[in-house]
Amino acid sequence: MAALKETVSVVESIDVDAYKYGFSTDIESEKAPKGLNEDIVRYISAKKNEPAWLTQWRLDAYKRWLTMTEPNWARVHYPSVDYQDLYYYAAPKSTPGPKSLDDVDPELLRTYEKLGIPLREQEILAGVETRRVAVDAVFDSVSVATTFKEELGRAGVIFCPISEAVQTHPELVKKYLGSVVPVTDNFYATLNSAVFSDGSFVYIPKGVRCPMELSTYFRINEQKTGQFERTLIIADEGSYVSYLEGCTAPKRDENQLHAAVVELVALDDAEIKYSTVQNWYPGDSEGRGGIYNFVTKRGDCRGRNSHISWTQVETGSAITWKYPSCILRGEGSQGEFYSIAVSNGYQQVDSGTKMLHLGKNTKSRIISKGISAGRSQNTYRGQVSAHRKADGARNFTQCDSLLIGQDCGAHTVPYIESKNPSAQFEHEATTSKISEDQLFYAMQRGLPAEEATALIVNGFVRDVLQQLPMEFAVEAQKLISISLEGSVG
Amino acid sequence: MAQFAAAAGDAFAPMYEEMKLRGAAGLRTAAWETFAAKGLPNRRVESWHYTDLKAALARPAPLAIARGGVEVARAHDSIRLVVLDGAFRPELSDLAALPRGVTVQPLREALTQGTPGIMALLASDDVRTDDAALSLNTALMQDGVVLRIADGVTIERPIEIAGVLSSEEARSSFTRSLVVLGKGARATIVETAGDLTGVAAQDNQALIVRLAPGAMLDLFTHAAGQGETQTRVMSLVAHLDEGAALSAFSLIEGAGLLRRQMFVRIDGEHARLALQGATLARGRDHVDVTLVVDHAKPNGQSRERFRNILDGSSAGVFQGKTIVRPGAQKTDGVMQSKAVLLSDSATMNNKPELEIFADDVQCGHGATCGRLDKDQLFYLMARGVPRGEAEMLLIEGFANEAFEGFGNEALRSFISARVSHWMSGRAA
Repeated sequence: MAALKETVSVVESIDVDAYKYGFSTDIESEKAPKGLNEDIVRYISAKKNEPAWLTQWRLDAYKRWLTMTEPNWARVHYPSVDYQDLYYYAAPKSTPGPKSLDDVDPELLRTYEKLGIPLREQEILAGVETRRVAVDAVFDSVSVATTFKEELGRAGVIFCPISEAVQTHPELVKKYLGSVVPVTDNFYATLNSAVFSDGSFVYIPKGVRCPMELSTYFRINEQKTGQFERTLIIADEGSYVSYLEGCTAPKRDENQLHAAVVELVALDDAEIKYSTVQNWYPGDSEGRGGIYNFVTKRGDCRGRNSHISWTQVETGSAITWKYPSCILRGEGSQGEFYSIAVSNGYQQVDSGTKMLHLGKNTKSRIISKGISAGRSQNTYRGQVSAHRKADGARNFTQCDSLLIGQDCGAHTVPYIESKNPSAQFEHEATTSKISEDQLFYAMQRGLPAEEATALIVNGFVRDVLQQLPMEFAVEAQKLISISLEGSVG
Repeated sequence: MAQFAAAAGDAFAPMYEEMKLRGAAGLRTAAWETFAAKGLPNRRVESWHYTDLKAALARPAPLAIARGGVEVARAHDSIRLVVLDGAFRPELSDLAALPRGVTVQPLREALTQGTPGIMALLASDDVRTDDAALSLNTALMQDGVVLRIADGVTIERPIEIAGVLSSEEARSSFTRSLVVLGKGARATIVETAGDLTGVAAQDNQALIVRLAPGAMLDLFTHAAGQGETQTRVMSLVAHLDEGAALSAFSLIEGAGLLRRQMFVRIDGEHARLALQGATLARGRDHVDVTLVVDHAKPNGQSRERFRNILDGSSAGVFQGKTIVRPGAQKTDGVMQSKAVLLSDSATMNNKPELEIFADDVQCGHGATCGRLDKDQLFYLMARGVPRGEAEMLLIEGFANEAFEGFGNEALRSFISARVSHWMSGRAA
């Protein structure tokens, strides 16, 4: 009940425009010239002091990208993006590669403080066990700080900006970069391969259970800037890591592009748990502005009995185009996808997952909860397939949609493809509105409509919230209530 | 793209030029243009995601021509109307047995005379979809029957529209029939697609159904082709007015490539729809069941239930889409597709979709795919039923689930017999 009260008080405290991370930071930044061409690609590569092979890799991707067309199969509509009217690189001006937090621009530190992201490594108070989270903070195109590096280093965990990993661990980057999402994968992934700026790199060595949660916090600040981050996580044999990702952006009237690529590799008996709370600026109540979130996320369960789990809470972005997927290659590997996608206003969400069963006895589970309100459109699009050799593959899929209001839409487009008789696939989907009986029941007991709705919605998404690390779950619960603000008439 | 369209157009263009002279030139031209703009669909066309019609019809066979001296055996007791080799054949049909209140007109005649009601129906938005196979059917339709049942008339005995091909060499046929039920009318219609020779026929047949307020139609469609090289598209376009009820059952016995597509528009309140069916496929059969149920008015109910039994190297496809338009509140829709793979090289593709624009609805879908339930097999075998027989029992039971709610006893037992017959042909 406490959480509910908190939810309601948060909802009540908000004005019409509920996005609370909409401020922008006034900080001088260094930008690449506007537009995209080979020189820009070289410029970004030179900025990062990259080896020749990576510069060439980017240039090959750029050339490939020029031959590709933007995908149009998703149920999203937007004016076409002018790729020449964007800045592909923006970095806050400061000493290159700050050695410690003291070198970081105080304006930036204040920004993260306002966002509630701890960049100072907090000491454990005597007798008070707090959970610690290592944070990599990415501001526009660069990583500004990474915490707890030393302590992680003692466990053998590498957690650093990918631009740093290119310098310090080139052999790992070269081996795994693009091995899950190939350069040629799709329009946005190819664009990302050409111009990616920063993101996190994680390597968990054999048999290591990462001693704390790792997290990356993405912030878009500059105007007319695209963010193209690239994250690569490798969990070596028998290791475990839980990784969290958060994101916000200032309120602006223009649409901004965010095209990220995330690659996960799990070797034998390794487990990666990847959680996202996506809270990019969704645009205002008239549908102006907001982030275009075109993201390619894919995990490769390469080893036997490896396990990758995606959990996402999507409340932000004007447009979401995102399908975190699992390639279940290793025998006995498991993939999971838990998703809550909330859309309100004029938001458009087209999200889902792919579970590709290639190996024997692979298992996957998909739980997707879509909530649409306002004039938004919310689509689940997913694929589950069993290869000829995927003996004993199992999948269970449940996608539920909830509609609030009569001007929104909820859609489900699953592709279920089986080439193996011993593969067992089950898929279920429902669409409904908040039941009047439930609402009546709650209101009869004295809850106002808004609070009753929050209660029912929280019940609806409970299966997914349970998968999130605790702090994130509380945050996510609040976010959902805020996103639905104004939807109950 | 233009080149591709031209190539597809080229192959059918002579047929179009020929058919254009047989009435309804305006309709045909519009449909031809829709078709020629994109040509035959390959798998890049989303609604044909799992079936490559372009490859299957790469070499269109010449149009079928009427022949004499052909006998068509009866499969069940019905008042039969025979459409043989693309032409309605009154002399082979039971016209004299038609009850009062039922009228039959050859489609060819309606097109050449431009019968007003029929032309309006054919020009309606329901029929003018952008589906390539249906557009091609409109552009090239040769003949068929126009069956009308007057207001308030109830027909007990099933009326069968039997589509048959008899040619010894590969032929194309484009047939179309219309079934129009007046207010409160009730009937059972059987639609068959078959052939006498098993050659590589290319059959494209369409049934246009229109139900006036309160009309009730039970439709049984039987795809009974022979051989393994046929390409057959069977389209149903149905329009339900207020309080109308359509129950459409399909039994599909695979014979090469078959696409059963259904487009149903619920355009009146409190209409009820059931689309059900079973697919039996083996060898290299490819059976695609695709349906779009469009709820345009409130308080509609739709139920879809399909069963796929796939043996050999066959492939089954189920694509079902339920659309709920803005304002179609209190819609209640449930879609279900289940598949059993009987061999290591069979494939099943399921794509059940929901597209919902109204909030006060209950819609759901379920899809499963796997092999026969081991526990059920064990249960039967533990009671002394040999394995082969136990499998047969389970498969028959599974197939018959698709015909639950079909009230015509005689046709139900005909279906059961067909399933058993198919099962008996299963390689031991």
